[in-house]
Amino acid sequence: MEPRDIIVDKIKSAFGSSLEETSDFRGDLSLTISKDQLVPAATFLKEDRELQFEMCKDVTAIDWATGKKRFTVVYHIYSFKLNFTLRLKVNIDNNPPSIESVTHIWRGADWYERETFDMYGIEFINHPDLRRIYMPQGFEYYPLRKEFPVMGIPGSLPLPKKAE
Amino acid sequence: MGLEAKLTNDGFLTSTVDAVVSWARKNSVWPMPMGISCCAIEMIAAADPKYDIARFGSEVMRFTPRQCDLMIVAGTVTFKMAQVVRRIYDQMPDPKWVIAMGACTSSGGMYRSYNVVQGIDQFLPVDVYTAGCPPRPENLLNALMTIQEKIGKYKARDFRNRSLEELEYDRN
Amino acid sequence: MDRNAIIYNDDKLLKKLDGDRNITVEDVLENEMVINMGPQHPATHGVLRLVLRIDGETVTGIVPELGYLHRGYEKMAENMSFLEFIPHTDRLDYTATMCNNVGYVLAVEKLAGIAVPKRAQYIRMIVSELSRIAAHLVAIGTFAMDVGAVTMVMWTFREREKIQNIFDRLAGARFTTSYTRIGGVAGDIDDVATAMTKEVLEEIEPAMVDMDKLLLSNRIFIDRLEGIGILPKEDAIALGITGPNLRASGVEYDIRRANPYLYYDEIDFKIPTFPEGDCLARYFQRGDEVRESVKILKQCLDKIPAGEVIADNPKKVLPHKTEIYSKMEELIHDFMLVSSGINPPVGDIYSAVENPKGELGFYIVSNGTGKPWKLKIHSPSFCNLQALSQLCRGAMISDVIAIIGSLDPVMGEADK
Repeated sequence: MEPRDIIVDKIKSAFGSSLEETSDFRGDLSLTISKDQLVPAATFLKEDRELQFEMCKDVTAIDWATGKKRFTVVYHIYSFKLNFTLRLKVNIDNNPPSIESVTHIWRGADWYERETFDMYGIEFINHPDLRRIYMPQGFEYYPLRKEFPVMGIPGSLPLPKKAE
Repeated sequence: MGLEAKLTNDGFLTSTVDAVVSWARKNSVWPMPMGISCCAIEMIAAADPKYDIARFGSEVMRFTPRQCDLMIVAGTVTFKMAQVVRRIYDQMPDPKWVIAMGACTSSGGMYRSYNVVQGIDQFLPVDVYTAGCPPRPENLLNALMTIQEKIGKYKARDFRNRSLEELEYDRN
Repeated sequence: MDRNAIIYNDDKLLKKLDGDRNITVEDVLENEMVINMGPQHPATHGVLRLVLRIDGETVTGIVPELGYLHRGYEKMAENMSFLEFIPHTDRLDYTATMCNNVGYVLAVEKLAGIAVPKRAQYIRMIVSELSRIAAHLVAIGTFAMDVGAVTMVMWTFREREKIQNIFDRLAGARFTTSYTRIGGVAGDIDDVATAMTKEVLEEIEPAMVDMDKLLLSNRIFIDRLEGIGILPKEDAIALGITGPNLRASGVEYDIRRANPYLYYDEIDFKIPTFPEGDCLARYFQRGDEVRESVKILKQCLDKIPAGEVIADNPKKVLPHKTEIYSKMEELIHDFMLVSSGINPPVGDIYSAVENPKGELGFYIVSNGTGKPWKLKIHSPSFCNLQALSQLCRGAMISDVIAIIGSLDPVMGEADK
């Protein structure tokens, strides 16, 4: 059987009710699951004997700039056994945006979640060390949200005084 | 050089203090490579056997500011890094010069974004701007030669002792 | 002054350093100090800041801080068309510029569904492998310089200059080339460039032998690297490390084999791995990868077919420059493509290539217009730096330098 069929069958049998959408655009399989089933699904994907999704490649978010379900948190995970990269998506809304952290499942997700917090303001519950990673610690805005201008807010980042 | 000819002829030569001091100073400019991003690789390439910066006297690329007199800012300066660059500039002893290497330091370059300083002359006095993204090593050597010409025109008495208040030392 | 203190403060970082105490050191001197290995340092390979808590000379806690080169790539990508972003990808991993270009245009071609002629794919393979050799030369040179052998950086840069001459001939620039286009490459590879490549391939093997002779008979070099910074296999997989660092820990994972892109499945090459996972293994790994790249290049130069170097797809690919100036339709197509973009279908893809530092992945979300809705760059150096805090605990300060050199981060892509 193809890896994608194995994965879809297993997820449907274990988490059928919370699997919202499956998509197969240009050969990439992506599954949308609901927010409260994220940690059980992720644990299942890692520990199942046939799947073994051991490596977390990326955690990021998309800002759709709509009213309801503004953000989608996207996880890319890889299995050495099946040689397959899977995409998991979770839709969350903006009041305020928060989601469970998967750092206790995949240790590599640590810095990716910090980066998503820094850029979008999504809070990861139970993250061991949620700080900003790129912008300075006291920065008040979230740069990759759609309302933040490309040139930045003047005065938000101070420069040293001109010398001489 | 004509130095040996003069010495063997008469046994002494006369010159002004300015000329001797500026000759010594401009032929031994020690750069402080503030290598931040891509331009840093071209700066290392300017020091490699093909483009040899050592023949201009800049053999010693020390990474400590206390021993240098020329700061080559090579790479994009972000707001967070600007504080660091300014601090290192303050730690360099006088007289000091600055080369802004590349487009990113001259004017922000191709990065019109929220975190890039659009030109380091917003917080540092720059002597020579170098164009290119990244500038070829020959371009950096040309900038170095321009700085050497500029140093050659200073008189030694321009660098008399100045007190700390006059220098606007940023104690931060 | 007040605003400075609010924005640039280190309280949370120092709190994390304080809480990071799960290491027991033998012979505790009870003389702890917190020092800053600042962003400006000769051996941190760019602007990486490390705050170390040391007990004598042993590191008991380490917190890295990034963001000193954060240029806002992802925000800028949302405001420019796919074609305009190609020069920006050059500056991600600035030691291997062609590989980044190839990775990005492969992602856009996957999203838009554009087929590329075979000769263009072979040319992309040739320049990717030359870039890989150049990047590994920089890595080996600066690594050896950090550890103390300063001659190495001069020798490796001398070899690298030959490769940069080839890039100069092909793309017009030594360094940041922007050579690939969506649908092919910008220009063809001519006989002079092929002859220069063959010359480089002949000269690089004896040069690598010379460099090995210089370093490996040096007792100090071996002692400084052997057994330092051991990264076990399970930790490497759990942390998401890719590239030579993963292969030097024993995992045989190379995207050119696992998920072949371009025409790597027609080329015969080995994937070197080392089981030890220490700094010396990572050094040998890079040397072996240079030799494998030489093999791949020889095969590519033999197998390259004749043909076009850019696809003939007027709605998605820019036409030839000579035709734009003489024919009407090509002019109109060029205008539409440059002003309104290639307009791929709505959807999202993830596409990864094997960069010299690891796996460079692009996750592009498109909403049907000429500009991406979101572009996320999965940069290998960002992931590889996560291993730093685990590897440096219990090591001495000079070992920290050796470990950073062997992990080989490039801050241009770690900070995006």
